[in-house]
Amino acid sequence: MSTQAAAQEDVRDTHLDDAELHARLTRTWRTGTSLIERLSSVDHKVVGRRYILTAFFFLCLGGLSAVAMRLQLARPEAKLLGPDLYNQLFTMHGTTMMFLFAVPVMEAFAVYFVPLMVGTRNIAFPRLNAFSYWIFLFGGLFLWVSFLLKVGPDVGWFAYVPLSGPEFSPGKRADVWAQMITFTEISALAVAIEIIVTVFKQRAPGMTLDRIPLFVWAMLVTSFLIIFAMPAVMVASTMLILDRLVGTHFFNPAEGGDSLLWQHLFWFFGHPEVYIIFIPATGMVSAIIAAFARRPVFGYLPLVLSLIAVGFLSFGLWVHHMFVTGLPQLGSAFFTASSMLIAVPNGLQIFCWVATLWDSRPVFKTPLLFVIGFFFIFIIGGMSGVMVASVPIDTQVHDTYFVVAHFHYVLIGGAVFPLLGAVYFWFPKITGRMLSERLGKWNFSLAFVGFNVAFFPMHILGLQGMPRRVYTYLPEMGWGSLNLLSSAGALVLFTSFVLLLVNVILSARRGPTAGENPWDAGTLEWATTSPPLPYNFSRIPFVTHREPLWDNRDSLPVITGLSVDTRETVSGTLTEAFPEIRENSPEPSIWPLLAAIAVAGTFLGSIFTPWAVVWGSIPVAITLTCWFWPKGTPEDEK
Amino acid sequence: MRFRLIFTAGLVLWLTGCSGQQSALNPQGPHAEHLANLFWVFTAVCSAIWLAVMIVLVIGLARRAPARLDPLQLDRGRERRSVIMVSGTVVGTLLTVIALTALSFVSQRRLFAPDKPAITIKVTGLQWWWDVRYETDSPDQIVTTANEIYVPVGKPVAVKLTATDVIHSFWVPSLMGKLDLIPGQENELQFTASRPGIYRGQCAEFCGWQHAHMGLVVVALPVPMFQTWLSSQSLPAAEPEDPARKKGQEIFVSKACFMCHTVRGTSAGSRVGPDLTHFASRQTIASATLPMSRGNIAAWVLDPQGIKPGVNMPNVPLTPDELESLVSYLEGLR
Repeated sequence: MSTQAAAQEDVRDTHLDDAELHARLTRTWRTGTSLIERLSSVDHKVVGRRYILTAFFFLCLGGLSAVAMRLQLARPEAKLLGPDLYNQLFTMHGTTMMFLFAVPVMEAFAVYFVPLMVGTRNIAFPRLNAFSYWIFLFGGLFLWVSFLLKVGPDVGWFAYVPLSGPEFSPGKRADVWAQMITFTEISALAVAIEIIVTVFKQRAPGMTLDRIPLFVWAMLVTSFLIIFAMPAVMVASTMLILDRLVGTHFFNPAEGGDSLLWQHLFWFFGHPEVYIIFIPATGMVSAIIAAFARRPVFGYLPLVLSLIAVGFLSFGLWVHHMFVTGLPQLGSAFFTASSMLIAVPNGLQIFCWVATLWDSRPVFKTPLLFVIGFFFIFIIGGMSGVMVASVPIDTQVHDTYFVVAHFHYVLIGGAVFPLLGAVYFWFPKITGRMLSERLGKWNFSLAFVGFNVAFFPMHILGLQGMPRRVYTYLPEMGWGSLNLLSSAGALVLFTSFVLLLVNVILSARRGPTAGENPWDAGTLEWATTSPPLPYNFSRIPFVTHREPLWDNRDSLPVITGLSVDTRETVSGTLTEAFPEIRENSPEPSIWPLLAAIAVAGTFLGSIFTPWAVVWGSIPVAITLTCWFWPKGTPEDEK
Repeated sequence: MRFRLIFTAGLVLWLTGCSGQQSALNPQGPHAEHLANLFWVFTAVCSAIWLAVMIVLVIGLARRAPARLDPLQLDRGRERRSVIMVSGTVVGTLLTVIALTALSFVSQRRLFAPDKPAITIKVTGLQWWWDVRYETDSPDQIVTTANEIYVPVGKPVAVKLTATDVIHSFWVPSLMGKLDLIPGQENELQFTASRPGIYRGQCAEFCGWQHAHMGLVVVALPVPMFQTWLSSQSLPAAEPEDPARKKGQEIFVSKACFMCHTVRGTSAGSRVGPDLTHFASRQTIASATLPMSRGNIAAWVLDPQGIKPGVNMPNVPLTPDELESLVSYLEGLR
């Protein structure tokens, strides 16, 4: 009632004093404390925090499954795990790391930080954002509960047909995998759309295209990759479900289908997927380097252009996953060329970062250490990538431990190390407290040593003939000692993550308070309190420079004129971010959660009967209708 | 006598070929040698680049440029120098990439240029073994075996690859790179073995429970020995003479064995599992998982599910006497 009255008065932030402004904005934007209110939250920081924690929870599960596999492989013909459990574990490991950890965690950081970095009060489509989180959570739980019920998928995270088809994977295991894909794809697509709209329309006035922080650029490019890549795997997994559930024959060669079609569709998604994970990490690297080199990153324009170039090129590489399927030689050779070509924009980024560090006096805090680890490890992965891009060499190393080593160097070195750096970098912003530097340095050292000891020997094992995805190997193969070494390294790497967990738990309670800008960084997320208030900024900043906080040392220029009693944000033009209209951001709502429950129920049921889609559409329609029911908001009345 | 000779010769080869037998870095044929050389060239170039970047990075981190009070105060001259350095390295990267692509392409053309093969072998991948068939013009000369491929030394060999269940991948790293066996498709791979020896290979595409134990061996023999082997393999199984083996044969054709296996010259003619006509002439059993020996045959027949869990061969209940006779019979299938 009071909100209504206030809206009629139309109080703006122009002439309010700070205390009054804070009180009114908090009342407008805050997430309530009751259970229903918490579940209804549409605050990007609340959802983002949940996203990050959930993704790290799945990292734990994926990591534990890796440790179990390494224990089994430490000795030849070990009897710790049988083929059944081992095959489930490597499937769960790959699926969890790719779909439930790597992609979501990058999106999670974007959900939390992109609105802060572009200077707005909430992400675009915040209810969709809440919905996407619930769908992600349900999809992940669905996968792991299935595993605990002994129906965990066991066909690999790539689920090649015919092995995953109805004939060779009876039961529900492959269906669980395929349906989990649908869950995570929906949530990924939703976030991608939110990020794009947030970046395009909600940037603070003055943040022209060439003032967008590099992390935001990276997330923008990633979001486009998601939108173009994910539909391919959704089509593929849907066709697989149809083959399995209603007897279509998309992939059955005996009935005119094609088993290679799956691989084309899967890798048309699967290769951009690698960049969906890696490109956000480059944004993190840029952010960390700028802050700890104490200068803007060298080569902003080439960096942005190479992000875009990598995005485009990543769609022209998928066949290099299929060099040994007997495709025509000349055609394959083109994909060698394109796969190697992507080294050029990626190399350019590395050179720009190195040039930045050259002309600086770097501050060696934990985030920067992780970035240095990133250089060391990721470049090895890039180099072995150049090797596997060559068709002839790939015929020897494809599907061996060499490739396992290669992509862990790329993904852990290229994405997880920057991510851990980002955790140390942004933890103070999220919690208001600093992580312990001492534990951080231990964490980094153990991760660095453990990683290399675990994964470098795999290069040699692959060349010595050890194929991937084997649950054991014969003693006379001579792979025992390197495998034992690798397993020991894996335990060290695992310990480093335990240290991170300890550090997070201890520091979240007792760490020194961070203040607004503990690293003296230049981008807008550091212009607000730590943790940020529900409304992010008391007044929307006006951006004058790529590193606004370095350009305006005393106080940030702001714009005024926004209503404080409704959830107003500024919507501007795409290129210049020239403010055009005041746009109301949606209120909290429980319906995204209910809609997610309805959708999850439908997907779950459809594993058992196609009719679930028909009957499930009813609750989905009801919840969506309620979600979008017009409420007569003040904006509509104006 | 002849078979004995081959068997002993094979055994000697087995022992000599043991060191690094399944390794891409231990090439035993021109193709694998070319691949290993190409691999080392790439490794050298890539390691050099990595090392160079690391050195520059470490120097950059160590040299402690003067601290700047205002992070935005950039030195024009230094920025320009960075532009030149970065542009130079990008051009260098591009040239390296072009050179490596060209090198890769030339190698690819040479390695996969189809040669006129001396023999053609059809290999079909199944869960979890390899069906091997030597194609000849006269149908009565067709030789069928399993999990072991005999080839003549120094002759180009073509292997036609297909699968009837799921995708597998044929990989004998010391002879040639791998190629997939895909249902509904036939791929062809060529290689030559330079020296006599036994070269182990393994399925390289995940194919289910026993992917880890889907091995095979390639046995390269001098041409005359190969011809002897081939003609001996085309014969039907010898009729057992002593009573124990006779009894073993009766068990084979009356218990579950004959429902999956063929022994040419008997009523067992099913093609679900490996052809066992000359079973005991092989080096290994259970897809290159166990060395051929009386004890291993008994162990495998008694408990295949214990040795390779999930394998399609069931545990068949046999009395100790029956097992004894059956193993004797199998041992006699030379």
